[in-house]
Order: sequence, then structure tokens, then C-alpha cells
Amino acid sequence: MDLHLLNDTPTDVERAAVDALLGPPGGNGSGPGHGRDQLLPALHAVNDRVGWISRGALNHICDRLSIPPAEAYGVASFYALFALRPRPPRVVHVCDDLACRARGSAQLCAALESVEASGDVMWLRSPCLGVCERAPAALAFQAGDPARTQLLAPASEKSIVDMVVSGPADGDQEPSARDSVPQAGEASLRLLRRIGAVDPESLDDYRAHGGYLALRRALEIGPAEVVRQVSEAKLTGRGGAAFPTGRKWEATAGQPAQPHYLVCNADESEPGTFKDRVVMEGDPFAVIEAMTIAGFATGCSRGYLYIRGEYPRAVRRLRNAIEQARERGLLGRSILGREEFDFDVEIRRGAGAYICGEETAIFNSIEGYRGEPRSKPPFPVEQGLFGKPTVVNNVETLINVPLILTGGGAEYARTGTADSTGTRLFCLSGNVRRPGVYEVPFGTTLRQLLDLAGGVEQDRQLRAVLLGGAAGGFVGPDQIDLPLSLEAVREAGTTLGSGVVLVFDDTADLPALLLRIAAFFRDESCGQCVPCRVGTVRQEEALQRLVRNRGDGADDLALLREVGRAMRDSSICGLGQTAWNAVESAVDRLGAFTARSPGTGGPAHVDD
Amino acid sequence: MQPSHEKPRKRELDPERNHHCESRRGGTVDLGLPRRLVELTLDDRTVSAPEGSTILDACTALGIEVPTLCWGDTLRPRNACRMCMVEVEGSRTLVPACSRRITDGMVVRTDSERTRHSRKLVLELLGSSADLSTTPEVAGWMAEYGADPGRFGPPAPGEDRDERPPGEHEAPDGSVAATVHQPAKVDNDLYVRDYGKCILCYKCVDACGEQWQNSFAIAVAGRGFDARISTEFAAPLPESACVYCGNCIEVCPTGALSFKTEFDMRAEGTWDESRQQRTTTVCTYCGVGCNVTLHTQDNEIVRVTSPHDSSVGHGNLCIKGRFGWQHVQNREPRP
Repeated sequence: MDLHLLNDTPTDVERAAVDALLGPPGGNGSGPGHGRDQLLPALHAVNDRVGWISRGALNHICDRLSIPPAEAYGVASFYALFALRPRPPRVVHVCDDLACRARGSAQLCAALESVEASGDVMWLRSPCLGVCERAPAALAFQAGDPARTQLLAPASEKSIVDMVVSGPADGDQEPSARDSVPQAGEASLRLLRRIGAVDPESLDDYRAHGGYLALRRALEIGPAEVVRQVSEAKLTGRGGAAFPTGRKWEATAGQPAQPHYLVCNADESEPGTFKDRVVMEGDPFAVIEAMTIAGFATGCSRGYLYIRGEYPRAVRRLRNAIEQARERGLLGRSILGREEFDFDVEIRRGAGAYICGEETAIFNSIEGYRGEPRSKPPFPVEQGLFGKPTVVNNVETLINVPLILTGGGAEYARTGTADSTGTRLFCLSGNVRRPGVYEVPFGTTLRQLLDLAGGVEQDRQLRAVLLGGAAGGFVGPDQIDLPLSLEAVREAGTTLGSGVVLVFDDTADLPALLLRIAAFFRDESCGQCVPCRVGTVRQEEALQRLVRNRGDGADDLALLREVGRAMRDSSICGLGQTAWNAVESAVDRLGAFTARSPGTGGPAHVDD
Repeated sequence: MQPSHEKPRKRELDPERNHHCESRRGGTVDLGLPRRLVELTLDDRTVSAPEGSTILDACTALGIEVPTLCWGDTLRPRNACRMCMVEVEGSRTLVPACSRRITDGMVVRTDSERTRHSRKLVLELLGSSADLSTTPEVAGWMAEYGADPGRFGPPAPGEDRDERPPGEHEAPDGSVAATVHQPAKVDNDLYVRDYGKCILCYKCVDACGEQWQNSFAIAVAGRGFDARISTEFAAPLPESACVYCGNCIEVCPTGALSFKTEFDMRAEGTWDESRQQRTTTVCTYCGVGCNVTLHTQDNEIVRVTSPHDSSVGHGNLCIKGRFGWQHVQNREPRP
């Protein structure tokens, strides 16, 4: 391609960061590591090393990868973790999303307001960082070689000011993943049974805890039987859409086009969701083994693990797991000595874009394009990543597969309800006494789940539960006996989504939460289609008028409904289609903006 | 309202399927391979259309009007504007007529309450955020669907939007409706980018990129409502990869991209399409033989377009055909 490049040259440091990823220049530019799909890793390389991406650095990336600068700029400017203007090397992201708000993130921000500005550090408010069980949370990035990160959760006013001043600490300062699983050690656990019991850094320990038995079983029974077992188990996707996994696998396995790809969706960004992070940090080999089985069953020789950029510890542990698995012949050529079975996994880090968890946006992101969802059909099983048949599965979905294989599909289906089989991971956070990831059979009631988590604090009343995340909906205390199964929540007009159970007591400022949700969707819309791009803006504006008692409330509620309906009907993807769910449920079920009395959603305290 | 950007609305032309198709001016007519007919129900009529047709193709063949903005007769469907949404039985959401292919037994409704509501809202959302004053047909659609863009509040004033970071924005207070209004970019003598009129249909990007010109001078940058068409780092066009073919102007549905002549005449109040003449001829610069349509007002060329059904260029030109006509009206007397 005859590229018109910029007249800017990279600094030596920028050049070195890119060349360390891509290898020295001078090749023919078409070998592995020189494709467009290296754009996101290359942008990370520069951003990690320098803290922002200069014109010279972008130019060098374009030169190395033969990408037009306008397109590379379009991609870089899509992601919130990248900066295209000079930025200090130390950036602290302070979560001000729903769960952290319920746990005092406002005080953290106030404490930081008082810290004197310096050229070496800055802080920003961030959408959900995915550590809601230890809210409030902050994540610090320090550019350098190597770049450092530190997650501070729970953060205190003192600890966050210290981190802003002194930078991320060396080494892993975080508590064990076991602390995020209040049920740890209980015999009833299946998906979470190894967390806290197994050394997440050791393949040997994973095997000592039953690891890789399922892969051996899969190789014994063959791909078709693996798919049959998964179908018999009636496993459904845990990312939110609850599509039957067996049907997805079967459809992909049967596609004549080659190669097939597997994508593990670990871009867990739904506000209030942290289950996949806990699994990846506490039992990383299970994710890799499950991916290997999925690859075997669906005829993939390559899997991508797309993980959100805000999960540094999970990335470290997965990298280690992949390396160890490769060393032992559990990834790579001829796995477990089986000659015709090659499979390997590549990690791709996201860069701050909720939409990239959408199953087709993830393809564009991996391929080096803007993370915009594609129009379906064609569906991923026909034309997915790089235009080839692709299976996309969420982390939680995948880790069910080894259980199915070791115990048998029929046995698996005995847990849960008739139509929702197995157990489900729920992310309890907000105003509960024991937040964390809980594993319960489908059909467990919301009340039972809240009881497990200790309920709300003493002398407080349950006000609402946000079920399924920002794309889910609120339920009130009157629905506390709702069984958490796919069929029951569907009948109740709500969703389990990604397993979010975000609890609010009577201190919650409901209108302020709705404003946060509206701002979230406006920020995270990719901007491709009109209903979502403009609709999310109009939704936030109308909510602001309602909260500020400005104008005619009835008009604004009607307007919200009309905009919401168009977003639901006509947006390209699930983001726009669900952007009005939570607000609608708050209006219809919780009476937000109708009864203005304390505890039922009075006027919020709004920061301008 | 004047149809200022009237374009040929011939819908059979699909650059993917039929590169050598349909010249109506004689020469060969490639009808393609014979295609099986698919039977479907369209607004309660049982009809059949060739396999591979889109719902929009089928509608057009039957004379059913489905409004479109981002659809382009020489471009692959982008599905971005969501104006053409129709109801398909069995589908949870509405579906874009411009890209959804027909299937046997499909039951489609193009004019239900649901589709009308969606179109009305899309028009209101666009009309409240962008300047549609030079978008042909839109005023008629607004009336037809009862759209009232003003109900979101008074429009926010324009400001520079080139460097808005993704994932953050200043919280609104609801007193005004956010807009994409911004100063027009006038950075060269040939054409103007007035992005206050941009609806982000992606057509200019596709025409500039792999679908036609392969210049890749522009792309969509930023995210969400702050997404915008941009060169790298919002560099002025003369510093970018732009080759001034003007094929982006050719496909722009809103007049956000326009000839400098048109932009200046509109500013002076002298632009008047009712007094313009169109003359289609063949470009004389080289031997390729691209068709050019000269738009003249008061015997001066004010704009050049190219017929989309021309088998030579499919509506595309190069800088010479598009902009190289000043010499024609250089009336300085010879010394």
C-alpha cells in the first residue's frame, strides 16, 4: 500500500517499544506479527512505555504495519486507556461507578481534589473497574519499562493519596482471590471449588486438583461427543445472552470454511461484574484448559483470550498459565501427544471500551479496527474473526465445560432447573455485608442469595437490586422471592445478564444512580448507529431535567419512553438495545420520579 | 425546499456483485447469472424477488418507499443511520432493509406503527443534533413521520469537537440539546467540510477507503456522540493523504461536504438550484472517459458530479475531472 505518512519521527524510546513487540524492522512486512491485528498491541506498547501516543509514535506504528494514519488514529482514539495528547506517566483511575459509589468513592475523589497537581501524575474518574467486592477501587498505571500497575481496593482516602504521590508499588499487593469468594471451602462449590485451594501460578498444583482430566476425557471421546455432552447438559452462555452453547459449537464445528477461531470473551466490563476476574485470578489454568477443550470440539487451532485492559493481575496469571501449558505440551503442536490436534492461545488486552465485550465488536478490536459491532447476519459461527467461523464464549461459560466432561452432560443437567441447568456465578456488591462472587444453582431465589451475602447492614432496609448490570434492570423488595433462573426472570421481565446483583439500601440516591447509568451508556456507545449515539445523549439530558425538577416531568418521562423504545428497536447491538432497561425498570418498578419522598427517590444531590 | 443534492437513486448497482453492470447508455449490459426467485410477503402482498436481493431492493422494485440516508447506490450498506428499519416477523428488533437479504417466507412490514415510531425518532435525534438544512428529502420525511426535533430542547451552541477523548464527557444539565454544531473546516480551495451537518453515515470514509479511492485520508475517530470524521490528529486536508478526488462529496447525503464554490455561494445567498442546469459530458483530461455532469448557474460551472450508473467511473472522478474546470470559465481576454 502506498501510504501517506506524517512528517513526524518517533523518539528512540517509542521506536524501541514498538520494535520490541514487532521485532526489528526490515522484514518483508507480511510475516506473523506484521499484520493489522498487531495495531492494538502496538498502541499498548507505546502507551505502556511512554504513557501516551505521540504523532511520531503513531507514524512509526503505521509504517511498521502498513496502516493508513487516519485509520490508526481512528482506532487509537476509540479507547479510553490510550491518550493522544501528552499525559503524565502516572495515571490513577478512580472508579465512580455504581458499586463504588455505594461504598464511598465520592470521598476518594474529594480527597484527590485536594492533592496539588503535578506534571508527573493525574487522576481520572473511571467506569466500573470490576472489583466491586472490594469497593471503592482505584487502579494506577505507571508508564515505563516495564510499566507498572497497582489495583487499590478497598481504597481509603489516605491510601489513594499515597498511591497518587508515590506511584504503584512493586509486586502483587492484592489480597488472595479467595477473599473474593465468601463460600470458599464449601463442598457445594463446583466452578469455584479450586479458588483459594489451588496455587494459581502452578500447573502441577492445578493437576493435583483435578486439572486437565477433562481435556484427556475430551480427547478420548472425540469432538462430536464433546459437543453432544455440552448440548445434553443444556449449557447456556453466561455472558448475558444465554444462548445454548452446544448449538453454537455444533454450528461452528460444521462450517466448511477454515480455519475456525475461538474467542474467549473476558472483556468483563458490565458495571457490577467481577466474576470472570476472580476466576481468572484464582483458577487461570481452568480457563486455558476449557479453551483447549472448546478448540478441540469446534475444530479451532487458535484461540484468542480478549481480556479487559483494567485486569492486570488476571493478565499476569493467564500469561503464566499459557507459558506453563506450552512448556508441558498442553498448548501448541500435538497436544497430549495427539498428532492432529494443535491449539494455542493468544492474550489480547482491551484498552477501555465496554462495547468490545459485544461478540462482534471483539472481532474488530482483535483485527485492529475500531471496536464497532457488526451487523448480523452473518453470525459469528459463519463469519466471525477474520471472516472465519468463530465461537465466542464467556469465561464462566467455558469453565463449565470441564465439569460437564468429567461428570457427563446428563449428570450436569440435574443441577438447577429444567431449562436453566447448572450453577451460576453471581456478583454480590453494593450495600451487602459480605460482597463477593457466589455460586448457587439456577433457581435459587434472590432472597436466598442475599441471605448468603448477609443481607443489608443492620438497621437498613433493602431499597432495590440491580439485576444483570447496567444493561439489566432494577427489581424492588417486592420481588425478592424471584427464583434466579432464565425462565423465571424472563417471565418477570428482567434478566440475569452477566450475574450482577448490585444491592442498594435505603440510603441509596436512586436518581443519582440512574444518572450514572445514563452517563455510562453515553460514554460507552461506539457511535455507529443513530438511535444509540444520539439516544443515549437525549436520555441523559432528559434524566438531568427530571432530577433537577426542570421542565415538565411528565413530558420528559414520555420522551424517555419514546427514545428508549427506538433505541431498543433499532440499535445495531445489545448496548443500545438495553441502554434504557435500567432506567425504565426504575421508573416502572421503583417509582423513580413519581413519588418524591425520602427513600423512594427524592431529588438527587447533583455535582455540576 | 430545493433538492440540492439530488442523486440518481438507482438501486441495482451493487459494487460487490456487479462491477460491470448496467450501462443504460448502450454498450454491453451484463445481467449477471440467472438468480432463483425468493417468495416473501411485503406489506401483505405476496411477491417474489431474485435471491440475494435486500429488502430494500424488493421494496424499490415494487415502488414501496423506504427512506434511507446512509445507504449509497455505489457503496456497501453500512447500517448506520437506521432510517430504513422495517419489521420482519420473528425478529425481536426491527431490521435494516438496506442490508438484510430476503429469505423464503419472510414477512415484512415497512409501514407499521413500530417502524414509523422508529423513523420518527431517528429523524428527531438527527435533526436535533445536526444541521439537516441541506439534506434533500428530509423535510418531507419530518412532515410525514410527524418528527419534532425541537422537543429535546434548544440546540447547544457549536464548538470545536476535534479532540474529545473517548469515555468521558461533561455532565449536561438538560437545558440544551447537545449538537455536533461546529465551525466549518475551510482549509483548501476546492472543498469544505462542514461537520455541523454530518450524520456520521460513513459513506465518505468508505468512498475514500477500500471501496473506491484507496486513499484512506479520513476515518471515524473518537467514540459515541463524540465520534467524528477526521484525518490523523485532525490535520488539515493539505497535510493528509487526501488526493482531492471529491468522491466523498459525491456520496455525502447531507451537504456536509461541498464544493468551495457552493459553500461560498450559499454564504453569499446566491446559490439557487432552480436556476442551475446540468450537462453530462465526457471528461477530456485523459483517455479513461469518465462521465462528468457539469452543474452551471449563470453560465458558470458551480459543481461537478458524476453519474453513478456510468460504467466507467460509477460516480467517481479524479481531481482533474472534479475540480479542474476553472480554465473553462477563465474569460480574461487574450493579450
